[in-house]
Amino acid sequence: MTAQTSTATVHSAGYLLRRAVRGVLNYGLLSLLGFFFLFPILFMLVSSLKTNEGQILRDVTSLKALLPYGSLGLQNYFDVFGRMPFHRFMLNSVFIVGAIVALGLLVNSTAAYALARLNWKGRGVLLGVVIALIIIPFEAVAVPLLLMVNRFGWVESYHVQIIPFIADAFSIFLFYQFFIGLPKDLEEAALVDGAGRFRIYWNIIVPLSRPVFATVAILQFLTHWNDYMWPLMVTRAETYRPLMIAMQQFFGQYPRLWGDIMAFASMITVPVLIVFLLFQKWFVQSVATSGIKGG
Amino acid sequence: MAWLFMSPAAILLLVFLIVPFLMAFGLAFTDQRLIPNPNLSTQFVGFRNFVRMFQNETFRRGLLNNFIFTAVVVPVQTGLALLLAILVNQKIRLSNVFRATYFSPVVVTMTVVAVVWFFLYNPGEGTINAFIQAISFGRLGPYDWLNDPKLAFPAIMVLSIWQGVGFQMVIYLAGLQEIPLEIYEASSIDGANKIQQFFYVTLPMLRNTTIFVVIATTILAFKLFVQVDIMTRGGPQDATMTTMLHVINEGFRNLRVGYAAAVTVVFFLIVLGVSLLQRFFLEEERTV
Repeated sequence: MTAQTSTATVHSAGYLLRRAVRGVLNYGLLSLLGFFFLFPILFMLVSSLKTNEGQILRDVTSLKALLPYGSLGLQNYFDVFGRMPFHRFMLNSVFIVGAIVALGLLVNSTAAYALARLNWKGRGVLLGVVIALIIIPFEAVAVPLLLMVNRFGWVESYHVQIIPFIADAFSIFLFYQFFIGLPKDLEEAALVDGAGRFRIYWNIIVPLSRPVFATVAILQFLTHWNDYMWPLMVTRAETYRPLMIAMQQFFGQYPRLWGDIMAFASMITVPVLIVFLLFQKWFVQSVATSGIKGG
Repeated sequence: MAWLFMSPAAILLLVFLIVPFLMAFGLAFTDQRLIPNPNLSTQFVGFRNFVRMFQNETFRRGLLNNFIFTAVVVPVQTGLALLLAILVNQKIRLSNVFRATYFSPVVVTMTVVAVVWFFLYNPGEGTINAFIQAISFGRLGPYDWLNDPKLAFPAIMVLSIWQGVGFQMVIYLAGLQEIPLEIYEASSIDGANKIQQFFYVTLPMLRNTTIFVVIATTILAFKLFVQVDIMTRGGPQDATMTTMLHVINEGFRNLRVGYAAAVTVVFFLIVLGVSLLQRFFLEEERTV
């Protein structure tokens, strides 16, 4: 350690120069990439604040598109509410995704608990089935499912957008992996004390498993917040339409007012960006966990 | 007792995943329509849907596009993800700010991404054209990105990479952090420089991560739908048609459920093949 510090003090000018150049190049590259990932978001936010549609159309032809100048204000945001019940779509989306996540956490974690912790006939087979199901993408069942919910008379409702997505094989697998690693002693002690399985699940397993609950919640949120194909097929009227379909239809209305469209897009994006920045660590950890899929 | 815990998930998976999945295989051999015609009952048609599918210009173009998309996006996105992961894994100031920045497009929903980039690609004179003209000193462009059959699909590839690469970066980052530092120390004592360390330590240690990232990105490439549906509807001249867009156009918009189910079966067999490939490569690793 001392040897290192002493050599550090007598570094040659050449070494220091090389190190400085490398530092500048490194941060230069990092910043350039940062710009690449941020400029469309910046463009969206800046354009949403420009109240003069003519200016937006002129600015998009140059790099001025990224600069907030000219007449700025929230008029585009008010216009969105004037043209469409934005709050309705936001509530629909929040309710649908919230229900999928909450019911999913309960249903998938209890199933995983049975698979990981209870002794019963058929458990091995069922575990195999659940793992095999991970491979089937939603896209492979979308068309027959549409035919099915049509027969049920479920089209145009909240539950058609919720019930098919509550149970999720990959979520069960993630819970299973976590539960199987928990120590058994606490559970056995509780059993000796005469606690029922539901109480053990609720009072012992759930509190010990907060990280995996957070992971599953975030992954399910990211998946279903983005749902587009399914609601496109099962919602027609405004009543049950989620944000993404409303965005697509708003985009399809002529004349296309870009200020309003960008305000609409910003109102979808900003809340999620804020949640992401607040819980960044959790997001990153959840995504990293998804890397074990099928591994 | 166990069934009480298991049955809600088991019943839901059975009704909404297993049954429709099996239905797809049955429907693929019929002329089922979404809204049945009371005068014409649904009939068994053998392999007719499959024959028609492969005679269909649009389907063939869509399937080919999925393969082209995979061939371009998978290597580019995987390589970029690894580069980003290595950059933000450096022990330097602001590295978590850069990490959050690169990840942020992942939380922007694809619907919004498609709409915003549609405007950036503004025919003739969008911001992207302004960039390219500035960088090339006015020699390149302006291009009519989304209306030019040659440029429309590459344009969609760019925004897909932009939105998705942060996800893979985080998976690589987790992989990088699992590599024991001692291996790097040992290799530098042996005289390996940074580049040798990358090829002889980092890459081999990230083998399983890379297999996962490549397979996951390939499967996503075959699901390509939202971007093309919003931005180009598969046009111009089917230049951005994809298998999934063809499924939705036929099964939902044209009500031809039997035919769409047949396309779905082909789509699933491809996804299954890709997934089995992953199992195969990972298995090999375990026996070594």
